[in-house]
Amino acid sequence: MTGLPLLTFNDNGIYCPKGDFYIDPWRPVKKALITHAHADHARFGSDHYLANKGSEAIMRYRLGDDIKLETVEYNEKLSINGVKVSFHPAGHIIGSAQIRVEYKGEIWLVTGDYKLTDDGVAEAFEPVKCNTMITECTFGLPVFNWPDQESVFDAINQWWQNNAREGKASLLMAYSLGKAQRIFRHINRDIGPVYTHGAIFNSNEILQPQTSFDLSSQRITSETKKAELKNALIIAPPSAINSSWSKKLKPYSLGIASGWMALRGARRRRAADRGFILSDHADWKELNEAIQLSQPENIITTHGYTDIFTKWLNDQGYNAVQEKTLYTGEMVDEKEEGGEK
Amino acid sequence: MRYFTHLFLTIDQTNSTLKKVEAFVRFLDEAPDNDKLWAVALLAGKRPKRSVRTNQLREWAAELAGIPLWLFEDSYHVVGDLAETIASVLPADESQSDRSLAEWMTYLKELKDQPDEEKKIAISEAWLSLSKHERFVFNKLLTGGFRMGVSQKLMVRALSKHLNEDENMVAHRLMGNWKPEETSFKKLLVEKDAEEDLSKPYPFYLAYQLDKEAEELGNTTDWNAEYKWDGIRGQLIHRKGTLHLWSRGEELITERFPEFTDKNSLKIAEQDFVLDGEILPFRDGEPLPFQVLQTRIGRKKVGKKTLEKAPVILMAYDLLELNGKDLRHTPFSERRAKLEKLVNELNSPVIQLSKLIEFDSWKKLQELQENAREVKAEGIMLKQKRSPYLVGRKKGDWWKWKVDPLLIDGVMIYAMRGHGRRANLYSDYTFAVWKGNELIPFTKAYSGLTDKEMREVDRFVKQNTIERFGPVRSVEPEMVFEIAFEGIARSSRHKSGVALRFPRISRIRYDKKPAEANKLEDLEDLIEMIEG
Ligand SMILES: [Zn+2]
Ligand SMILES: [Zn+2]
Repeated sequence: MTGLPLLTFNDNGIYCPKGDFYIDPWRPVKKALITHAHADHARFGSDHYLANKGSEAIMRYRLGDDIKLETVEYNEKLSINGVKVSFHPAGHIIGSAQIRVEYKGEIWLVTGDYKLTDDGVAEAFEPVKCNTMITECTFGLPVFNWPDQESVFDAINQWWQNNAREGKASLLMAYSLGKAQRIFRHINRDIGPVYTHGAIFNSNEILQPQTSFDLSSQRITSETKKAELKNALIIAPPSAINSSWSKKLKPYSLGIASGWMALRGARRRRAADRGFILSDHADWKELNEAIQLSQPENIITTHGYTDIFTKWLNDQGYNAVQEKTLYTGEMVDEKEEGGEK
Repeated sequence: MRYFTHLFLTIDQTNSTLKKVEAFVRFLDEAPDNDKLWAVALLAGKRPKRSVRTNQLREWAAELAGIPLWLFEDSYHVVGDLAETIASVLPADESQSDRSLAEWMTYLKELKDQPDEEKKIAISEAWLSLSKHERFVFNKLLTGGFRMGVSQKLMVRALSKHLNEDENMVAHRLMGNWKPEETSFKKLLVEKDAEEDLSKPYPFYLAYQLDKEAEELGNTTDWNAEYKWDGIRGQLIHRKGTLHLWSRGEELITERFPEFTDKNSLKIAEQDFVLDGEILPFRDGEPLPFQVLQTRIGRKKVGKKTLEKAPVILMAYDLLELNGKDLRHTPFSERRAKLEKLVNELNSPVIQLSKLIEFDSWKKLQELQENAREVKAEGIMLKQKRSPYLVGRKKGDWWKWKVDPLLIDGVMIYAMRGHGRRANLYSDYTFAVWKGNELIPFTKAYSGLTDKEMREVDRFVKQNTIERFGPVRSVEPEMVFEIAFEGIARSSRHKSGVALRFPRISRIRYDKKPAEANKLEDLEDLIEMIEG
């Protein structure tokens, strides 16, 4: 690389000096390109936003109806101050994109969060060739190998059915944006009624118009009777673990759907009855595969076990460095796991 | 292996004792006898000898996974469990093995004397024929660290349900020095042994810590009080001319304490007996610090020098069997009378009677309890005079009333990632006290914090790291903790020159600055005070 790099990291986030725009900034800026609508990537307060069309509804809901937001289709080619920019499916959640930035033939890619498995909800991941790849590596350790999702959903359905037979609710913790909809897509709704925490109920309402399957559920309210829940699946965000909200739902079996459930210690620490290994992030194999497909010479790693993953990439002959960011990756609850980024 | 892995998963997935017992009973009803025997042996802590070194396992697993060894090690630090790390990094299984648990145990045993190359091939084949969960269990068998969250009590309950037998009977049959290779499930637990095992101990009765005011126990005249001695609990068994000593961990330790088999110190009388008491380092009519006993515990062969330096006795406090008669159902006061008579007749320097404390009010007893350290005791034991000798930990008839712990404020200077339940969290800490301007580490402690506090400390560690050494980080000396412990003694093995007994964190001292932590002199004063 000679001269100023096409993208740099500064106090506000990932910056493109040539195009004068940011990608997923963590402070308010003039122009923000957003990979996806998760709160650690799409933050409040910037003057102008640019995102994939699929992110629009959630971004307006979370950041305010009046934000200045321009949307693009996947693969649509734009030019910002002479820098070519395009958004490509990342397979992470609805509307999630890898952002490709090109100037004078040099290509940089910001992956945002991604996974290679087609979950039937997000637009399926498409690899993008580049010279420099800024990749997440939340699960960048060889111990993270996701089981195939069919077997995971079989296990979830089985668990729900067993609990229903015993007359207790199944409380399943899953992110309200992404994982919750993925669960709706794959569960067997013949087993019993599905209830949701308000956060998920709201996300579902907003996403229903752009979703091809049924996201309907009953919202848990103060009027909800315990008797209704005895064969129900209740989906709630991870922050509701051990909250006063969840105490009212007893008796229930507690399940957590997260990539961290691959670690026995992480599940036991939360006293969950069941841990389901389900993540919207790439596992070890997928991270390595995505990198092979993108064929970068240089790699910059963010979120997760960046130090270890970077060393591994250098061993593999890439020119890799890590960068500190404020992205939190996948968390089981708000304060944990994300601490060391 | 299927049944056993299923049992493991079910137990791992629930916190309810009831469910665990249910799962265990189901396993016992379904699995073949040989597997049942092995499961019972493993859960009772009987480990087969290791046939492979863990270093070899790491290397082979890394090689099979196609990753460098350093990456395997780094992953292990994050996961915190070797068996789990190996199970997770290996490629998916290629075939499904039908070997039973017992067959796997034989497989491993036969490996023991094979050359390394053979071992490697056999272990790799095993790994690739097992599912991820089975692999995890298999690795636990390999590394010998089998803990499953199944207490002895729980196992006894499940076995008694499965066999339709009394719990005490089952517990008794499980005791002793049996080996799964040398017996069968039927022989051990079903058939009544005609040739009675002369060495077989009784399950120990364990007391709970007193959780109320002593006054609430009622009349002082209903209770006996003795000092609580700081040694290891033991059962000394004399039957038909044989002598056996058992520790509470159900280990036969006769050979380690030759003072009891030495005819000069213990002339065995005509009478057969089973004594319950405390194996205690003791000289000139006084107990010695626990650390003295520690020099004996790990040692199988005991030389003359050790015997002189660390002499022990049995401080006897109960009599469970006399001349073949099980006394456990008779009241404590009757057993006590027989015990006093027996100890008197034995007239041995290595068997002392734990004396009863005279007291006519709870208030007076409390004074003695508070000063128990002066007589080198940990506190007081309270035993209901009418109480039978029960099995396991039961509330009501026996209480231990320990003195309040000693306290020292120390500064955290190192933190280490935890294991198992605490993998990924910095949960094990090293604390230091001041010696002039220098902080001298004096103890490690890892228990005593709530999960919430532990997460707070974890965050502090991550944000205040000075240096990393593998799983350990040195941190800015800013956080002060109150450390509680039961005893303290001089030790040449530690930089600080002191060793603590049962150290744990009692609280975080947010109100104290590092400069306000204790000094090394304070620890030395404590030793002076106790050793007097
Ligand atoms: Zn995300
Ligand atoms: Zn992210």
